[in-house]
Amino acid sequence: MIEITGLHKSLGAHKVLNGVHLKIEKGKTCVIIGRSGCGKSVLLKHIVGILKPDKGKVLIDGQDVGVLAEKELNAVRLKIGLVFQGGALFDSMTVGENVGFGLIEHDHIPHKQLLEKIESSLSMVGLHGIGNLMPSELSGGMRKRVALARAICINPQIILYDEPTTGVDPITADSINELIKSMHDKLKITSIVVTHDMKSAYKVADKIAMLYQGKIIAEGTPDEIQRTKNPVVHQFINGLAFGPITETLDHSR
Amino acid sequence: MILHEFFITVGARIISFMYFLGGLFNLFVQTMYQIFVPPYRKDRIFEQAKKAGFDSLPIVSLVSLFIGFIFALQTAYFMQRIGSEIYIASLVALSIVRELGPVITALVVAGRVGAAITAELGSMQVTEQIDALETLASNPIKYLVVPRFLALSLMLPLLTLYSDAIGILGSYMICVFKLGISSSMYLRVTAEALFYKDLFTGLFKTIFFGMIIALVSCMEGFNVEGGAEGVGRATTRSVVFSFIMIIIADCFFTALFYFIFP
Repeated sequence: MIEITGLHKSLGAHKVLNGVHLKIEKGKTCVIIGRSGCGKSVLLKHIVGILKPDKGKVLIDGQDVGVLAEKELNAVRLKIGLVFQGGALFDSMTVGENVGFGLIEHDHIPHKQLLEKIESSLSMVGLHGIGNLMPSELSGGMRKRVALARAICINPQIILYDEPTTGVDPITADSINELIKSMHDKLKITSIVVTHDMKSAYKVADKIAMLYQGKIIAEGTPDEIQRTKNPVVHQFINGLAFGPITETLDHSR
Repeated sequence: MILHEFFITVGARIISFMYFLGGLFNLFVQTMYQIFVPPYRKDRIFEQAKKAGFDSLPIVSLVSLFIGFIFALQTAYFMQRIGSEIYIASLVALSIVRELGPVITALVVAGRVGAAITAELGSMQVTEQIDALETLASNPIKYLVVPRFLALSLMLPLLTLYSDAIGILGSYMICVFKLGISSSMYLRVTAEALFYKDLFTGLFKTIFFGMIIALVSCMEGFNVEGGAEGVGRATTRSVVFSFIMIIIADCFFTALFYFIFP
């Protein structure tokens, strides 16, 4: 279970997170929606401990990620797979080395077993037999899927997706959604998906939470969110140019 | 008013340089710690040693050979006037082994290898690959800095030794084939001029030059912000700061050896 309580974070003079509270049950998929630059990725980076909170806590299975020593933190990190927005594949390594990186570095399993594991992870994302290619030879959609294969190769209990469907064609986007759903259904993995693609959000979410001005302003099932009375959420999910979000922006200018 | 702004600018630069030195020291301490934390991956050090050392041989050869040529000719200009051409050999040998070889090699490596390290790490930072390393429970300092740090501080003395030999060869070629000094005479005078101490003082400081290049270039790479433009800016800063630090360190070691081990 992931429990975020009172999380505050400033980057420079800009207050990005301003008291985020969120609880994600084991095996559930939570989609965090919000405008670009509202701090969604920053929130994910707190969950894996890349960023340390100014105030507040991130608890993963009861362990406070922000205060763990490096060794314990690494043990927690190996339970989490993070799929970066642009893939963040290591471009000096082949696809196979990328996917198997976690196992090569930490598990020291026999070579044959390692290759099998890499191949099965790539097959799960529908990219069988590309282990010898370099990341530069892949399309944007393939890179995202390889990144997902790298995340699942370490057998994580939690997967965090940073805008998994941004910048890919609608068909690839839907196949990524299906992948996220199958991780949830088959492997019972706890997932957090950060996105502003509402179609994707409705498809994969058990719960949707909206991040706005550094806080979670609404959370609920996809149905509840669609029927919301909250004008901010209403404007966002319907993609309206006029409403409280854009008015606030105009005032602040 | 202009003077006021001048002092503000100078003050800001000094403060930012102090921050830079603080960051460098911090990275040094973390690197030294990570060197002793298992696992020890020799393959990564060898890979970096090849990139930094072996692949630098052509450029180091070229620069050292020409420095040898130039230095012999420049010295000959004066030595011929006082009729002491034979001392070109000792002067060139001492200057190259004690000073020119180490510094020229360090500057070439800072320009070639240091810039490449900053650009590589900077691109990794921009594309979140360094964050990805952390999420896969690999310490970026252990994984990226330690192999480069060890490879550079090991390879720079070896490259310098090679550069010294090539520089002396360049000067030998000018003196023997152009100025008519006999080959055996040239080699004898060179051997008589050089003591082990000269070689040691020349090579010892290059270990530190190697550390400086690795730390400065890695730190600048890690601190990249703002895409391709940021990578370009960091690469320039990395080379400039490496040059400055190498020259300062060189001055320090030269003074140290001059006053403490005369």
